[in-house]
Amino acid sequence: MMPLCGRERRRTRNEMIDRVINSRGFDNFDFRFIGLIFVILGVGVLSIYSVTHDQGVAFPFYAKQVVWIILGTVAFLVMWLSDYHRIARLAYPAYAIILILLAVVLFEGKSSRGAQRWIPMGPFAFQPSEFAKLVLILTLAHYYSKAPRVGWLQRVVLPGLLVLPGLLLILKQPDLGSGLSFLAVYAAMLLMVGMRSKALGVFLLFSLMLFPFAWEVMWGSLHDYQRQRIMAFVDPAYDPGGKGYHALQSRIAIGAGELTGKGLYGGTQSQLKFLPEGHTDFVFSVFAEEWGFLGVLALLILFVALIWLSLEIVARAKDQLGALLAVGIICMLCFCVVVNIGMTAGMFPIVGIPLPLMSYGGSATIMTMASLGLLLNVKRRRLSFF
Amino acid sequence: MATAGLHDSELGELQRRLIILRVGLLLVVALLGLRLWHLQIREGPYYRDLSENNRTRSVIMEPARGLIYDRNGVLLANNVPSFTLYVSLEDVKDRDLLIDQLSNLLGLDTALVRKKLTARGSKQLPRKVKDRLTLREATLVESHRLDLPGVMVQVESQRNYPGGVTASHLLGYVGEVSPEQLEKPEFADLHQGSIVGQYGVEKFFDRLVRGQAGQKSIEVDALGHEKRTVVVEQPHAGDNLYLTIDARLQKVAENLLGEESGAIVALDPRTGDVLAMASRPGFDPNILSRELTPKQWAEIVQNEGRPLNNRATQGQYPPGSVFKVMMAAAALQSNTVTPSTSIHCNGGYQFGRRLYHDWKAGGHGSVDLRRALVQSCDVYFYTVGQRMGIETMASFAHQFGLGEETGIELPSERIGIVPSSAWKQKAKNEAWLPGETISASIGQGYVNVTPLQMASLIGTVANDGVTFRPRLVQAVMDRTTGEVQHRPAVPKRTLNLRPEILPLIKEALAGVVKEGTATRAKSALVTIAGKTGTAQTTALRPGPEKDIPKKFRDHAWFVAFAPVEAPTIAVAVLGEHMGHGGSASAPLAKELIETYVKLNLPAPSGVKDDAVVRKGTPEDKE
Repeated sequence: MMPLCGRERRRTRNEMIDRVINSRGFDNFDFRFIGLIFVILGVGVLSIYSVTHDQGVAFPFYAKQVVWIILGTVAFLVMWLSDYHRIARLAYPAYAIILILLAVVLFEGKSSRGAQRWIPMGPFAFQPSEFAKLVLILTLAHYYSKAPRVGWLQRVVLPGLLVLPGLLLILKQPDLGSGLSFLAVYAAMLLMVGMRSKALGVFLLFSLMLFPFAWEVMWGSLHDYQRQRIMAFVDPAYDPGGKGYHALQSRIAIGAGELTGKGLYGGTQSQLKFLPEGHTDFVFSVFAEEWGFLGVLALLILFVALIWLSLEIVARAKDQLGALLAVGIICMLCFCVVVNIGMTAGMFPIVGIPLPLMSYGGSATIMTMASLGLLLNVKRRRLSFF
Repeated sequence: MATAGLHDSELGELQRRLIILRVGLLLVVALLGLRLWHLQIREGPYYRDLSENNRTRSVIMEPARGLIYDRNGVLLANNVPSFTLYVSLEDVKDRDLLIDQLSNLLGLDTALVRKKLTARGSKQLPRKVKDRLTLREATLVESHRLDLPGVMVQVESQRNYPGGVTASHLLGYVGEVSPEQLEKPEFADLHQGSIVGQYGVEKFFDRLVRGQAGQKSIEVDALGHEKRTVVVEQPHAGDNLYLTIDARLQKVAENLLGEESGAIVALDPRTGDVLAMASRPGFDPNILSRELTPKQWAEIVQNEGRPLNNRATQGQYPPGSVFKVMMAAAALQSNTVTPSTSIHCNGGYQFGRRLYHDWKAGGHGSVDLRRALVQSCDVYFYTVGQRMGIETMASFAHQFGLGEETGIELPSERIGIVPSSAWKQKAKNEAWLPGETISASIGQGYVNVTPLQMASLIGTVANDGVTFRPRLVQAVMDRTTGEVQHRPAVPKRTLNLRPEILPLIKEALAGVVKEGTATRAKSALVTIAGKTGTAQTTALRPGPEKDIPKKFRDHAWFVAFAPVEAPTIAVAVLGEHMGHGGSASAPLAKELIETYVKLNLPAPSGVKDDAVVRKGTPEDKE
């Protein structure tokens, strides 16, 4: 009984802390959390600005990104200040709508670089697969917390069937990056909910996290043409020029940054457009070239700090729904950060996952900020039926 | 809520499992950090190099070739800006497409462009595809720049010869270094597309005139478009050359020949300075310095008039009676005759079964050495030659610089032939026939000389036996330091003759003009001495001159110097198939000498107004 007692004691302490904090409404933790988000967002805008400042159009990417951040802030506030239980209740209908949108994208969507991912909305385009990630987290959290799910069928198979249609629709676009995120969210939540065979769960998560390194070994043993065929099969859009051009240019950009970087605008790889997609998927390479290893370390620390705070939220969550929501969001973020940096650094094939909070993109920015809002919401809300 | 408690315990489980996430996160981030450390710190310099190579392209900056001036500072060769089209192979994505685009845009031959782009060589250095683009072509390319990755239009200096055909053989022309040349050590620092001298002074002095190429690194973007220049290693311009020729005299010499084939060489006997060296027909070096199509090239090479042949240094002709100048000196020095020795000429010389004719059917009667020269009596020299023998004749001919290079600084000088029994044995593997000595003694038979050798020979006589090596370049100016280096006149040899011999011969040569075969060279302006020569080109018995087809007619020689008292100019005129030296060539020599005298009138002979580069020259004479 001792461990249980210890746990009880900790929870009591946390409750006391929460009570104190909550009495002020807007606490130090929130400050740090929101501060980190905006610092990372700022670094992102700076890097986007660096690549696109000479774009020569009335409304360049960095300016648009600021608009997305403003919209994202609204989404953040909405998600933060609503009751997440109420939000979770909308999970199934929302998932249904997302599935419809994903289907619509396949037929009516806007093509870009060989993939149909966008639904045009006036001057902009809306990417349902980004939002699908958040909705999936909501759906799974809602599913697991609604009733005790026991047995293989309820714990693994049913939610798996829930994930499957979305996953298939996303892979059909094709959008390998979002598809993998989908799987990651599912696997992470499965693990956190807990399974009879914990070994399986541990295996799942670690295999996912170690996927980049395993891939490196497996990938490295293939011939070029085999890799190209595989990649062309999995994601024809990722490298239209072929021959690993993007991957190489990205590695050159990062490596050329050396210890201290080439300084703002000093990154020749990105300034001279050798690096493709410098404002979206490869924004990390731009940053790494300009700020070097020191900058990269600082950025990694920012991300780790943000996730660490998020883990604190899970630890203090008052109910299973909140904890599951938080865990799902954290896993999604972690996955995107790790895979994006891994792919730009050449540890992983290029699968088209944006770097959360930094890559340019309306849907991704708004979705990420909404997720973080929801995350902070979990900390704020307490069990209502006491 | 009944299930709440159960949930609660599951929540506890979940929160307990967070440790997995924490450890996993740290592990993965550590791996990422390790990877980035590897990329940025361990392999950082390597990737930085790659990024530098990515963005910078080396562009060769061709040096400006040195300028070429005449002795008075008149510009003979300079450089004019022109557009050159380069392709940087590294930036070309689709070579076939580019070849098509370029051929369409500029009307170039597809095969030619392909050849240029596929030629062996460094991939880093841009390939020159076309030079001398017109302004229209250059703007056309620039306006399509976005569609033509890797294509650059560079402004470069292009060789230009303001005088056109004037002094073309002397100046020569330039052209791209050939693949064969590139393999030679002297062209080691060059690259495909480099311009080198291919003829004349341009070729001989190429090392000086060429200069040193610079390099600029330009920054390009991913499409190969030039963004800015990063580093400039300035090219070093080639040295300027100051020639010894007088452009005005050169032009006169060329005009004198007009449409005829032939050569005129004028030297300053006191220094060996080449004052003029004309060879007709000529060519326009401006055209030859351009890139010619194989067809154009074939037209020039196969031209019957052989315009690329510098007849002054490469044309070999029998000297005819001009040879008698040397013969007279040899006869006196070898004591074959004395000045007063008289020989009877009845119009022919019987040797064995063959009768050797004199040019004058009736003969000259009794002639001494002076009259033999003045009248150009063949029989006198047949006799002298016969007495002297071919070996003595040959050794004197060598003393006069025949059968050897004059040493003029032009490529591919020919040496002519001074026949001897040893020569014949070697060249033809036959024994010397006595009759051949008789032909040789009037400069026929095997004897062959170049007009330059003849000018040098008469110059040696004029200069009292001292031969100077013909000098073409009197000064070189280093364009980076501005330092002028004068090139002194080089005495080559002094004739081993008794002192009274040359004055005698000079007087006789003055007589040739005054009262002999070259009265048409007599000038009211200046005293001229000379010797005519009519070189037979065929053994055919000559009929009336006008009936013989031009190509069988005799070559007309005239060598001269003036003024007789203190010679400052020595001239050799050769008119191919122009007939008699006295009638065809002598007037040309007279014109040239008179022009020279007029040009130098303000200053007394011996001091020339060429302070431009002669300042500080060590006194050339004596």
